[in-house]
Amino acid sequence: MALAVLLTTLGAAGFTATARASEETLTLYSGRNEKLMSPILEEFTKDTGIKLAIRYGDTAEMAATILEEGDNSPADVFLAQDAGALGALAAEERLTVIPDTLLERVPAEFQSPDGVWVGVSGRARVLAYNTKALKADQLPTSILDLVKPEYKGRVAWAPTNASLQSQVTALRVLLGEEKTAEWLKGMVANETKVYSGNVPMVKDVADGVVEMAITNHYYIWQLRATTPDTAVAAAFFPKGDPGALVNVAGAGILTTSKKRETAAKLIDYLLSEKAQKYFAETTFEYPLIEGVALADGLTPLADLEMPEIDLSDLADLRGTLALLQETGVLP
Amino acid sequence: MALHLFGLIVAAAVLIPVGYLVFRAASGGEAAIRYLFSGRVMAIIGNTVVLVGAVVGAATVLAVLFAWLTTRTDVPFRRAWLILGLLPLVIPSYIGAMTFAAAFGAKGYLQQMLLPLGVERLPSIYGFFGAWLVITLFTYPYVALPLRAALLNTDPALEESGRSMGLSAFATFRRVTFPQLRPALGVGMILAALYTLSDFGAVAIMQYDSFTRVIFVQYTSSFNRGIAATLSLVLVVFAFGLIFLERRIASQKKNYRAGVGACRKHRVVALRGWKVPALLFCGGLVCLGVGVPGMVLAAWLAEGAAAGVTLPLLDGALLNTVTVSGAAALVVGVVALPMALLAVRSNGRWGRWIVQITFLGHGLPGLVIALALVFVAANALPALYQTLPILIFGYGVRFLPLSIGATRSALTQINPRLGDASRSLGLSAWQTTRRVTLPLMRAGVLGGMALVFLNTMKELPTTLMLSPTGFRTLTTHLWTAQTNGDWALAAAPALVIVAVSALSLVFILRDGAGNH
Repeated sequence: MALAVLLTTLGAAGFTATARASEETLTLYSGRNEKLMSPILEEFTKDTGIKLAIRYGDTAEMAATILEEGDNSPADVFLAQDAGALGALAAEERLTVIPDTLLERVPAEFQSPDGVWVGVSGRARVLAYNTKALKADQLPTSILDLVKPEYKGRVAWAPTNASLQSQVTALRVLLGEEKTAEWLKGMVANETKVYSGNVPMVKDVADGVVEMAITNHYYIWQLRATTPDTAVAAAFFPKGDPGALVNVAGAGILTTSKKRETAAKLIDYLLSEKAQKYFAETTFEYPLIEGVALADGLTPLADLEMPEIDLSDLADLRGTLALLQETGVLP
Repeated sequence: MALHLFGLIVAAAVLIPVGYLVFRAASGGEAAIRYLFSGRVMAIIGNTVVLVGAVVGAATVLAVLFAWLTTRTDVPFRRAWLILGLLPLVIPSYIGAMTFAAAFGAKGYLQQMLLPLGVERLPSIYGFFGAWLVITLFTYPYVALPLRAALLNTDPALEESGRSMGLSAFATFRRVTFPQLRPALGVGMILAALYTLSDFGAVAIMQYDSFTRVIFVQYTSSFNRGIAATLSLVLVVFAFGLIFLERRIASQKKNYRAGVGACRKHRVVALRGWKVPALLFCGGLVCLGVGVPGMVLAAWLAEGAAAGVTLPLLDGALLNTVTVSGAAALVVGVVALPMALLAVRSNGRWGRWIVQITFLGHGLPGLVIALALVFVAANALPALYQTLPILIFGYGVRFLPLSIGATRSALTQINPRLGDASRSLGLSAWQTTRRVTLPLMRAGVLGGMALVFLNTMKELPTTLMLSPTGFRTLTTHLWTAQTNGDWALAAAPALVIVAVSALSLVFILRDGAGNH
């Protein structure tokens, strides 16, 4: 009896939550973490009056969830940490076209060619290095040099992380399968240290546990913001190097969303000057619209000159994963 | 008959995720099969077998010694050791692994302490050794808990007769005590084995390539659901094999007292000269299983406070966590009762097998079960998707075996003739269950429910994927902080989880002891 009452109450609580959600709120699946996103998303609700029901999770897990939910996905908007996951959803036709007025604000290289996802902030792949152990002129000038014997045991990476996997996908696109496989095998043979995430990895570089790490630029800026005298700096790969990738965190509207217009308002907000300024100043990422100042010490996007690559070509995570396993990088 | 029907329904519900896996694996096609027979997969199977074997072996040795010392001997501070020694039960293995990496990793706390002594580098904690150490330390209580109950419930008269017939103390243990412990041992070992099989956190942090790590990589970084499902099905076969083995460990011999009247207390074994080694053993175990995580969490909290980090207010999350964990424990406990009755009291082997099948859910990684339920609920029961009933169902699939295990071992120690007597006195079957059997198995039932409560509190993937949108729990706080590397913010919810679970542990132990 008590059980029946309990189940009914719980059920009712659950049902009312869903009912409310379908009236006036937008459901957002965020593959970017709460600490970074919730301040600006709260501002969105304050400024527009549109309420948000937000699920936070890992980008790839969220994408897998959306695929499993299929046509019954409650999500209206998907916010992802990298272009690869958005591309994977686009490939399964889960994302619908975003209005042109929004796409126009962002450079073409930071959105999908068919307009189903758009970059919201930029993140450069860099080499983090310990400033006590190394001078800037002692650093390798290409990501491909990291397999050289002199770097044996001195480099770290996080191969389960989506950002590194996107970078490997980029190498596959730029260099082909064989050369990429060769490089990956070289990295394994060179005893590259494996980390499960970027935050502890960059911290270990700062502490001198390992000298260098392939990572996203903003982890270094974020660590410096909390510990100003930290011994870590970022080296951008030189122009045209296959390692000099700029990826995006981006957003897409789901095909199954019944509130596409409201959903577009959220993306509009994320591309507003206010939100872009927030990304530049708080998360130390690259703003993607014109006229927003960069964080201190950040090389301007225009000077980074990416290798010839289309971010929408990074959707083939499957192929990358197969290669990472074949070469023994991943289990 | 009604019991069988109920059992079948429960087993069918637990098998939903397995059905999903079959469906998905079929979509993987030829590529999945080719992958399955590649050398890499064979190596992973090897890794997994070695890890499960090593963990179960070590956990059993630790648990037997620990349970015996804390129930039968005069080891000083017995009660304190008992509570502290079971405390690792409430520490999620991923927190255990995080803290062990922080304590014993490169530039970790231990190394920094040893630096003045000239120690520059410690042997690596990563790989097999770290995974084995951490999982063993956080699973041996699963073996120790049912063992302890069994040791308390065996009739001392049996052992005394053994001794009086000229058996040595060791021979008495081997021939009289041990056979009575076999069902408890079987339950404990299977739970430890399935935990190892399905655990992801520790193997991921310690970078040991067991099955779960590979499945997670497949699921989360490639959306390759076909291959991941195929691998998960291999895991199901594994779990099935283990469950079959368990039946051989836990022989079906009668395990209850034949006599009537109250059971005497066990004679306390005087340790004499063995007191110091016994103390060292208990102390060492508690230092590693509770001390290391506790000190690292405290250090993180202190470092955060020194850096001026404002700790999150956990009131809403705490209430949510306790409510949903309590509801899960209640629902699962109520379902486990008839299942345990079915396992022990039904005559045919069908009843036992129906119950055994429900153990499968414990051998599958939480993420696989959660994704299966996402698929099933979103497509077949959209009205229930992302509501608390589905969340609790997900916990149930994972943790029903914990509850059945504890309830079942309590039940094997009750003489069915008590029930017969009650029936002959004119009570109905239901009245007999309610007035005779249930009171006798109260400690086992509550113990099982407590295990479900503790595990629900610390379960991560199921909570993240199945809970209603915006539903905050302690684990979601912990997960957010941990992904940001905010150790101070992670330490606060971690310590609250441990504290709340520890309270329930004390309560359960007191209740169990009250019966003797």
